[in-house]
Amino acid sequence: MRSDGTIRPSPWLTAATIATLLFIHVPLLLIIVYAFSADVNFQFPPSGYTTQWFSDALDRPDLWSAIWLSTKVAVLATLIAMVLGTLGAAALWRSKFFGRDYVSLLFILPIALPGIVTGIALRSAFNVLDIPLSVWTVMIGHATFCMVVVYNNALARFRRLSNSMIEASMDLGANGFQTFRYVVLPQIASALLAGGMLAFALSFDEVIVTIFTAGLQEKTLPIWIFEQLFRPRERPITNVAAVIVMVVTIVPVLAAYYLTKDTEHTSGAGK
Amino acid sequence: MSKALSRKGSGPLSGLSDILYRHPRLLLALLLGPPLLWLGLIYLGALFAFLSQSIFSIDDYANTIYEPTFSTIAQLTSPANLDIILRSLAMATAVTVASAIIAYPFCYFAARYVRGKWKALFYLLVMLPLWSSYLVKVYSWKLILAREGIVSWIAEKLHMTWMIDWLLSIPTIGGPSLSTSYLGTFIVFVYIWLPFMILPTQAAIERVPANLLEASADLGGKPKDTFRHVIWPLALPGLIAGSIFTFSLTLGDYIVPQVIGGSAQFIGNAVYLYQGTAGNIPLAAAFTLVPIVIMLIYLSVAKRMGAFDAL
Repeated sequence: MRSDGTIRPSPWLTAATIATLLFIHVPLLLIIVYAFSADVNFQFPPSGYTTQWFSDALDRPDLWSAIWLSTKVAVLATLIAMVLGTLGAAALWRSKFFGRDYVSLLFILPIALPGIVTGIALRSAFNVLDIPLSVWTVMIGHATFCMVVVYNNALARFRRLSNSMIEASMDLGANGFQTFRYVVLPQIASALLAGGMLAFALSFDEVIVTIFTAGLQEKTLPIWIFEQLFRPRERPITNVAAVIVMVVTIVPVLAAYYLTKDTEHTSGAGK
Repeated sequence: MSKALSRKGSGPLSGLSDILYRHPRLLLALLLGPPLLWLGLIYLGALFAFLSQSIFSIDDYANTIYEPTFSTIAQLTSPANLDIILRSLAMATAVTVASAIIAYPFCYFAARYVRGKWKALFYLLVMLPLWSSYLVKVYSWKLILAREGIVSWIAEKLHMTWMIDWLLSIPTIGGPSLSTSYLGTFIVFVYIWLPFMILPTQAAIERVPANLLEASADLGGKPKDTFRHVIWPLALPGLIAGSIFTFSLTLGDYIVPQVIGGSAQFIGNAVYLYQGTAGNIPLAAAFTLVPIVIMLIYLSVAKRMGAFDAL
């Protein structure tokens, strides 16, 4: 760590950086290795490799229905989050009003407090109001914490909008709706899409709020995996399910990154 | 576009647009209304309704007695419950400190020496683990720390099994095996929340102008002095911003200690237990108050130290 405008890092610093990179990546890569392991226990190194578990998983109706349920919840929650998050960002973007800081804190609260707090509060409210737990209650829970990622993305993009273009549009005779449709929307569309992708990823793999808001019948994919953690009867299938969750969450996150990478605020910079 | 412009000044939409333009408060209410109703009614409503149960108590048959009392909140100070709270606080502190120590050199490297194309790659390499499934991450450590898993294998190959045995023999943090000890719980927590520490810290270090470091060196500062008097104070808000996440998320987690760890309880486990099988909603609500109050104090201190600008 020489401080003379140095170009080369010290070997210790390089070693520490590589070690940290390995620490945060090897566990995820191991999941993929285990999914191809020929053993049914957690033996390392595996005695052989096979793709058999993937074809076994394809034949599992319980796994498929879990994937379908997770997708359904994630899509619905994302749509609600996109509408409400964008409205919130549009409202807070330029206006000043009493309590504005508290409103922006309120948007972040569901993700700043531990998931168990959100989950348990919603569950007890559903109980009190006699609302049976169902796929809809899960969706309500997910939409609540997904809103913040859409809100954050939209707000960052709104702040970069140039006011003069909006004024020019109005001066040329477009009304507010036309200005939104032809001037504002094209500029914020990619940020909204990125926010939606992140919301989908967040919802698809969420387990804590889901445990509290789902009925006994509603087994999302993370709940299916969660149950296997305590009653590990089907380790090979669980490994495949873990790989599926990983891929389904990483693809939209990468897409969100590429949608916004040329802007100064890149999506995903905060969960 | 030309078609749209030709309708200028006519039609119901245009009229509505004029009304909204003349009444910005109405526009604000229309925009803010739906999300605020959702968060205010569903989220805050549920949260307050639940937390307010902490002023009630239950009788011997687990029926809630709806008479305001502080007895439930007072139960938090019983030795067993205080133990749970202190254990969670100690774990959250240890995880936060360890994350900061691991994150700092990495962030320094990423902010100072990584350029161009590599910069984007480094960013992705932190972001992907951050966004990867929480559950998959916990699961992967169950595989890693299993008796027949990779840690035992590596230790055996390097003839280091004695070291793991020695670590596990340390009282308090040790235990029968890595996957059933505090040490295991601690490692998994650090692993899961580390990316949340890295991102704000790296951003803070990146904002330290390079010429400040040169100036410090020119004025005769040794690397040690430059770190203490220039980088550290400027990087601190980033570290504190990261610590908000590592601390809060560890404090409320109940799945990691359940999957990897001994039988010891943390705040999250207590909340889960009391609201579920124990059927003691008032005590569960009282326990939920603990991380919320601690985090409110933490946030107000963090805000004073400038951490919010680093978020």
